[in-house]
Amino acid sequence: MEGPVRADAKVCSEGGTESSPRGPGCSLRHFACEQNLLSRPDGSASFLQAEKSRERLIRNTCEAVVLGALHPRTSITVVLQVVSDAGSLLACCLNAACMALVDAGVPMRALFCGVTCALDSDGTLVLDPTVKQEKEARAVLTFALDSVERKLLMSTTKGLYSDAELQQCLAAAQAASQHVFRFYRESLQRRYSKS
Amino acid sequence: MAEAVPFGAESLAGGRARAARRVLDQVVLPGEELLLPEQEDVEGPGGAGERPLRLNAGARSRLRVVCGPGLRRCGDRLLVTKCGRLRHKDPGSGSSGGVYWVDSQQKRYVPVKGDHVIGIVTAKSGDIFKVDVGGSEPASLSYLAFEGATKRNRPNVQVGDLIYGQFVVANKDMEPEMVCIDSCGRANGMGVIGHDGLLFKVTLGLIRKLLAPDCEIIQEVGRLYPLEIVFGMNGRIWVKAKTIQQTLILANILEACEHMTADQRKQIFARLAES
Repeated sequence: MEGPVRADAKVCSEGGTESSPRGPGCSLRHFACEQNLLSRPDGSASFLQAEKSRERLIRNTCEAVVLGALHPRTSITVVLQVVSDAGSLLACCLNAACMALVDAGVPMRALFCGVTCALDSDGTLVLDPTVKQEKEARAVLTFALDSVERKLLMSTTKGLYSDAELQQCLAAAQAASQHVFRFYRESLQRRYSKS
Repeated sequence: MAEAVPFGAESLAGGRARAARRVLDQVVLPGEELLLPEQEDVEGPGGAGERPLRLNAGARSRLRVVCGPGLRRCGDRLLVTKCGRLRHKDPGSGSSGGVYWVDSQQKRYVPVKGDHVIGIVTAKSGDIFKVDVGGSEPASLSYLAFEGATKRNRPNVQVGDLIYGQFVVANKDMEPEMVCIDSCGRANGMGVIGHDGLLFKVTLGLIRKLLAPDCEIIQEVGRLYPLEIVFGMNGRIWVKAKTIQQTLILANILEACEHMTADQRKQIFARLAES
């Protein structure tokens, strides 16, 4: 019993780094697999973390708005593909998800939209920033707002900002969401006018 | 970005519910609230001003309004849950206020009791066939639910056959069940659909348009070639003509009908009738 355990520990400390997800309990049997997997778990762990957080944000927003009680034991899958990223990616994903749910005829209690704000070093507020503006900003805040009373459904922020700046960004996002909802209405009216 | 928004204009729901009859045949979006006719004069500036002042405001006659697809009751108002055009149908007689519903365009079918649908048999397990109807669950069809079927005289249904039937049980809590006989025990056109022909899928809105009583598309198509056609409310159409080429032409015409105007359609039919 002692032999294999020690061998395992040696194997792990030789081949593995401290970032290996497998602990000291890895068995000799998995050594070959571990070689192949070592590159993947390190990369995919960090990749999946970032991906999961954005997916989770979009999912939570959709769950708050979709009337799931009308479709029990049913899963609704939203697939988002990034064609090009010119900044404010999460807000764009939220808008696309909302339009897709409306197009599919999923019953919803309201529409929602996403708005991104960037605060740069001298406190100027920029709505819908480009990639360059996002990189140079001191803080980037993304909000998801609903259409009935402009209430906040989801917010995710990155960087340093004060409480007053947060309120300012939220107010600006609520005002900007008017334009997004007006665009939704116009494009849906255009779609229904064809029939 | 701080522009002043004029009161009540342009905002999606505006925080103010609109009267249902003012919005008829307009596009409504999820989240909007609609007022029923009896509540209009309670609201402030948006209310209909022409109602006379009642002395006994408590004894208002209650209209029973039926809330159709795309709408839900929310307190004493209607909440729009799907995007589409708001429609209303007056009742022929009686004190009910009619039906309100939202005419939406969608591709996904949700089983509804009483709908006639075309399904594909996917499995045969014991006494029950599992039929794929395009919903989230396969529907179950008992072998006794065919005309003239008894325990000894089983219907000739194989996996992969097309079935035209109607739902007897279809709600969100239970697995949908369908039958191929009506309440009197007669088939009435339901049952297994023949082996030739072509099954294709269209949107639900197109099916409803084609099945409307005053639809000219089907009459024009009938004048073009002799054909057999079955419409399923789940967006599936089965069509069969004399030759495969004619069948394919008909299938393409029906699929394209959704996006064509009446004139374009007449042109295409004229061109096909010549050739």
